[in-house]
Amino acid sequence: MVDRTAHQTCLIIGASHAGVNAAFALRKQGWKGNIKLFDREPELPYHRPPLSKVFLSGDTGVEDSLLKGISSYESENIDLQTGRSVTEILPKDKIVRLSDGETCSYDQLLLATGASPLMPPIPGLKSSHKIFGLRTAADARGIRNAFFASSGKRVVVIGGGYIGLEAAASLRKLGGRVTVLEREERVLARVTSPEMSAFFTRLHTDKGVSIATGRNVTAIEIKGSELEVFCGDGSRYAADMLIVGVGVVVNTALAQMAGLKISNGIAVNARMQTSDPDIYAIGDCTSFFHPRYKKEIRLESVQNAVDQAKVAAANICGIPTEYASLPWFWSDQFEVKLQMCGLASGYDRLVVRREEGDDPHQHSCWYFSGDKLLAVDAVNHARAYMLGMKLLKEGKHPAPEKLEDLSLALHPRTVLA
Amino acid sequence: MANITFITQAGKSLKLAADSGSVMELAVNNNVPGIDGDCGGVCSCATCHVHVAPEDWEKTGAPGDLEKDMLEFDDNVNEFSRLSCQISITEALDGITLKVAN
Repeated sequence: MVDRTAHQTCLIIGASHAGVNAAFALRKQGWKGNIKLFDREPELPYHRPPLSKVFLSGDTGVEDSLLKGISSYESENIDLQTGRSVTEILPKDKIVRLSDGETCSYDQLLLATGASPLMPPIPGLKSSHKIFGLRTAADARGIRNAFFASSGKRVVVIGGGYIGLEAAASLRKLGGRVTVLEREERVLARVTSPEMSAFFTRLHTDKGVSIATGRNVTAIEIKGSELEVFCGDGSRYAADMLIVGVGVVVNTALAQMAGLKISNGIAVNARMQTSDPDIYAIGDCTSFFHPRYKKEIRLESVQNAVDQAKVAAANICGIPTEYASLPWFWSDQFEVKLQMCGLASGYDRLVVRREEGDDPHQHSCWYFSGDKLLAVDAVNHARAYMLGMKLLKEGKHPAPEKLEDLSLALHPRTVLA
Repeated sequence: MANITFITQAGKSLKLAADSGSVMELAVNNNVPGIDGDCGGVCSCATCHVHVAPEDWEKTGAPGDLEKDMLEFDDNVNEFSRLSCQISITEALDGITLKVAN
């Protein structure tokens, strides 16, 4: 019997964590036909998380953190085409159009278009050689070049989210004079608890980063070689360069033009299928119902990109699979590694466990709703993180008073309710 | 140059060689099934778990503290478990055998 996929083409738009993992997962699941992988960026696909971390502060380039070596694409017969943008999808004809006018037909289409840094409509705020978002290798290279070219090394970061704080830590390590301006009353306000916000504020302040909250940036002015940032409360900050990390815009334009259903992202079902059954979408760009949380969410993470890629690839190969993964994330800032699992949204009880070891930072936050464990944030505490992962995956719930008891080691045998 | 043999979960033996980088990178670049390295090698995800052949344990050495904690509750952990992103390739590893754990 001839495999039905042997003469078909699966076309993937976007070659970052989601797109690349999907291409390789398709082969693993038995896709025999063509796999074409397009990306508008010129580089070989690379890991994005290091861009705000070691890539900014160290001497490694993106070529040191490729998702796959070039020979892997050849050996798996994946036709990777970098530096090529898709400008239009014609779902009725099952064709995509590229920016150079060429067209390419598909049998199954996979959208892994990701997101772009949000540039809020603030007068004077637009990408330039001194004002940067941080999402791509080109952004990170631009930031490094501007930083080393400036004599004052004054950096203002707009937005105290993970990207902003990681960039602040990386440039501070290089001797930058860094100020983080956050609109909310605390950093990380949208993504974590007041306790974690306080921890990171203290960490950054101790390292010499200036954190100013309640600062709503209203205008940017360029004065000679200097930038001036104006805030709603009358405060102003002089800078040599600016990094904007205030969230993302989901890249839905292609999907929207193709008439696919959009809701806070490209809407997909549990099999990662869009409103067109021959078009799938995965990664940061998708909005989906998460069975674990019983609501529609969108996740920006490596875990979500990789796991959705595997689910989509299996379904495209005719193996029915549904997405239900436990979310996990990490962030590296100074000598702190934060590892998070689960989603804490809706918690009504927080247990903070501080170990009595040599590392003053080491602690873990356990988020509960009633008796139910929702999420764990672990700071320099891989053991707490891995225990949290295990308990959440198995649907087991630790007893808060046992977690608080430092005489009990963190272990499934000791902490369960 | 170090020659490293990977035994997959399916029992297939893959002989690979490199002179730098991590064992995880070598495996990912050669599509060794079961070694994903999702976090890019910063000891955050435990998707590159291997069992070192007992006779090669001295060559790879034992895991560091962070790595040990990452492994503690992982599936299929044993006394020869390592996260391959934390094993740097040097001549000293020549000839070792690693079994993919998951």
